[in-house]
Amino acid sequence: MLGCVHRSKHLIAGLALAVGFAAPVGAEPPRRVVSINLCTDHMALLLADPEQIVSLSNLASDTHSSVMAEEAAAYPMNHGLAEEVFLQKPDLVLAGQYTARATTSLLQRLDIPVAVFAPAYSLDDVRANLRAMGEALGQGPRAEAMIARFDADLAALRADPTPMETRPRAALYYANGYSSGKDTLAGQILEASGFRNATAEAGLTSGGFLPLEVLILENPDLIVRGARYPGASRSEEILAHPALRQLGGEVSREILADRDWICGTPHVLTVIAALRAARHELEAGK
Amino acid sequence: MSTRYAILMAGLAAVVAVLFVASLLIGPAAIGLGDSLAALFRGEGEMVTLVMREVRLPRAILGVLVGAALGLSGAAMQGLLRNPLAEPGLIGTSASAALGAVISIQTGLSVAFVWALPAAALLGALISVGLILLLAGSRGTTLTIILAGIGISALAGALTSLVLNLSPNPFAASEIMFWMMGSLADRSMVHVGIAAPLIVLGGLITLSRARALDALTLGEDAAASMGVNIRALRLWLIVGTAALVGAATAVAGAIGFVGLVVPHLLRRAVGARPARLLPASALGGGAVVLAADIAVRLIAPDRDLKLGVLTAIVGAPFFLHLILRTRRDAA
Repeated sequence: MLGCVHRSKHLIAGLALAVGFAAPVGAEPPRRVVSINLCTDHMALLLADPEQIVSLSNLASDTHSSVMAEEAAAYPMNHGLAEEVFLQKPDLVLAGQYTARATTSLLQRLDIPVAVFAPAYSLDDVRANLRAMGEALGQGPRAEAMIARFDADLAALRADPTPMETRPRAALYYANGYSSGKDTLAGQILEASGFRNATAEAGLTSGGFLPLEVLILENPDLIVRGARYPGASRSEEILAHPALRQLGGEVSREILADRDWICGTPHVLTVIAALRAARHELEAGK
Repeated sequence: MSTRYAILMAGLAAVVAVLFVASLLIGPAAIGLGDSLAALFRGEGEMVTLVMREVRLPRAILGVLVGAALGLSGAAMQGLLRNPLAEPGLIGTSASAALGAVISIQTGLSVAFVWALPAAALLGALISVGLILLLAGSRGTTLTIILAGIGISALAGALTSLVLNLSPNPFAASEIMFWMMGSLADRSMVHVGIAAPLIVLGGLITLSRARALDALTLGEDAAASMGVNIRALRLWLIVGTAALVGAATAVAGAIGFVGLVVPHLLRRAVGARPARLLPASALGGGAVVLAADIAVRLIAPDRDLKLGVLTAIVGAPFFLHLILRTRRDAA
């Protein structure tokens, strides 16, 4: 899990520091929030009052990347540039850990509080991020309610009498032969939907390159392929490789788009549900 | 045909065969040596067979084809331009072929029409060779040919980057490297099907002009007096090399220096006769690209190290050495 417990603790501490600087505990919640990262966009949309949000990143309303494009379209967009963000006079900026470092440090030097969120690498991270976001936005109770609902729904989806050994094996396969082992959000989603992770069984624990021939020898029951983007690329050609198509024919399908996996929000429950349905279909077909 | 030449050709063929088998045996999946070769000929349905036939075999076949195309086109260009530094990578033919390929992919033409990809790459190669002849003239000096090549390479490379940067596909921009450096990773029989016919056609065209190229080494006038139609020869060789470079680049990206190094290494052994140099360079090119493709898989198994990186590390110092030698000869 990202090698990771203390790393995320460290981040939450950093976050508390950043937010604490501008808004000590019990103080007014932020009223002018600017988010410059797709995943913080989603969490802000879920947790903030609409009037708290000044702008969201341009990716939030892009239907290819965002599962909340419709909701996000109601807000002005920014392009994550320090200058434009500064001019919007935010009292809190939400950024991702991998948002351009130069931008976040410049904003901090201009005395704008920046809350930095790490990507979710697990279902636990989803909860932790929601909680941290709730605190940052002054929406703690709303976040706790959402986490409780998330846990209940997740438990219901997970409930399954099928023992582990007899569960079908699935592998996630994306452009450039990228796959996800069990120590990833996608891997945990796969496991929660009742699949064994063939990638993990091939020895890849985190996310990374899984050679096509290794995937073939694993011979999974289901390959969840990344959806293809418009235009064309050599990177995606591997998803249409003749060998993949011969691998049991029926098992390769495009169930979900990449945007469903990018961010760790309660939206992952719909992904788990979709994969679960695919598993039932697979088991019925056997 | 001298016995020495026959021995050379047999030796080269043997090296290609050995490297071809080695290429089949190398891969990230741990399959026993005997197992993997047996699986090639066994029945359907087995996963090992699938790996061997659909993943490793096309890669090895493309290694031979692409290498042969590059070696052959290098030898042909050096004969045509009568210049030892002419090479598809150096004078911008590969870069222009890559531009053609990228345009056909990004416009969706290659999806609508399977032959659009190699055809566009061929067209790009054709235009660049035509431009070189236009800019440098048929008796161009080394300097004008290389300078024209630098200009064409730079322009084609920039336009390739532009097209890929403007693509709506998030992966496209990261593939600039592939088109400029070349790779055989994750190619399939589909790519063999696309490249093979054109490479065979270009190879036949080029090899059929070998005797005329022999005559051309004596000078244009002497060749003409021996009944060689210089204009037709030039046209055929341009079309032949464009087909070779276009097809190779369309599936494997631009791989430099193979066409430079291979003919040079073999020239003395074949007695500097194009008729002999052409087939020898085809075999030599196949061996070099197969070896490079084996090396990239051994050096960095999970990184997709680009083929052009290796060929340039070996080829560029060689090129510099040739420049020195050309200068010394001129002095």
